[in-house]
Amino acid sequence: MAEFTLPANSIVKTGKTFDAPSGASNVRKFLVYRYDSSDGNNPSVDTYHVDLDTCGPMILDALIKIKSEIDPTLSFRRSCREGICGSCAMNIDGANTLACTMAIDDVEGDIKIYPLPHQPVVKDLVSDLTQFYRQYEAIEPWMQSDSVPAGNRERLQSKEDREKLDGLYECIMCACCSTSCPSYWWNSDKYLGPAALLAAYRWIVDSRDEKTDERLEALDDPFKLYRCHTIMNCATVCPKGLNPAQAIADTKKMLVQKNL
Amino acid sequence: MANNSHGGTGHFWVQRLTAVALIPLTIWFCFSLASMAGTTQENLAAWMRSPFNAALMILVIGVGLYHGKLGMQVILEDYVADKNVRMISIAAVTLVFVMFAIVGFVSVLKLTLGA
Repeated sequence: MAEFTLPANSIVKTGKTFDAPSGASNVRKFLVYRYDSSDGNNPSVDTYHVDLDTCGPMILDALIKIKSEIDPTLSFRRSCREGICGSCAMNIDGANTLACTMAIDDVEGDIKIYPLPHQPVVKDLVSDLTQFYRQYEAIEPWMQSDSVPAGNRERLQSKEDREKLDGLYECIMCACCSTSCPSYWWNSDKYLGPAALLAAYRWIVDSRDEKTDERLEALDDPFKLYRCHTIMNCATVCPKGLNPAQAIADTKKMLVQKNL
Repeated sequence: MANNSHGGTGHFWVQRLTAVALIPLTIWFCFSLASMAGTTQENLAAWMRSPFNAALMILVIGVGLYHGKLGMQVILEDYVADKNVRMISIAAVTLVFVMFAIVGFVSVLKLTLGA
C-alpha cells in the first residue's frame, strides 16, 4: 500500500545555524537538508547565511562557498558547473533542477535545498541512484543491428532521420524528471520512469537501429511503460528543456499502431 | 488486438476508445434525463420502449461501467503495492462492476420489453 506514515528516524529536525561574517551587507539564507545514512540520526535542515557579495551567481556557487568557507562537512555532487554532466541535480525551491544552472536571484525568499525526492539518501544532497541507472541499463541504450553496413563503414542517416533524435539525445541522465514523477515515487521498482523511457524512445526512432519491434515489445507492460499518467512533472522540471512525456506518449502510440 | 492481455497496450487503447465513446453517450444521457424531469413512470417506460433509446441506454451502462472498471484498475495498480492484495481488489472491483452492468441491462430490458 501507499505509505501514509513516515519510517523511523525520518522526521526532519532543525539543525545548526551558521551566521554570515560581520559586516556582510548582501546576505541570503540557505536552508540545506543534512543527513548521514551511516550514523542513524534523524535528518536536519541547517541554516547558512551566505554573503552574496563574495559569491558567484548560481546555487552551486553558494554550495561550493558553504563547503569551502563555512561548513566542510556538507556533501553534494558536482562536476562540470555548466549543465552538461547532471551531477548537481537536487531539489531547489521545491523543484528538481541543476544547482549549476539555477541562479540564486531566481529564487524568492529563503533558498531551500533538498536532495532529489523519493530516493535513498547517502549523505546530505547525495542520493543513491543505483535503481535509476539499472533502469537505464534495462532499456539497452546502445545501437543494435544484425546487418553489416555497405562498404563496411559508418552507418549513414538522412538529415530528416537525424532530426528525429533532436529533443531526445540531449538527455544528461540527471534524474530530475524521474524523481519528480509521482508514478515513479509509488512504483519505481516496476515503472521505468521518464528518463529511461525517453532514452528507450531515442533508440526506437533511430533509423540505424534494427531492433525497433523488440524494443517496443519489451516496453509493452502495464508497469514498465503504462504507469505514465501524463502528469507532466518530467517536462516541467527537465533542466535541458526536454519532454519525456511526449516521448512516452509517442511510444504508446507506436505500440497501439503495432498491435492493431 | 492479439496477445496483449498482459501488455497494457490493450488496456490503454480500450480506455481511450471508451472515453471517446462516452462523450456523445453522456451528452445524450444528460439531455434525455433533463427532458424527462418530473415525468411519470409510465411516460418513462414508454420512452424506454423505443429500441433506439434502449440501445443507447445499454451502451451508456456498458461502456460507462467498462471505462470505470479500467480506471479503478489503474488506481489500484498505482497504489496497492502488495501483488496478492492488488489482484484480489481488482477481481473484486471487476465483479462489482459486472454485477452493476447486469442489473442495468436487465432493468433496461424489463422496461423495454414491458415485462
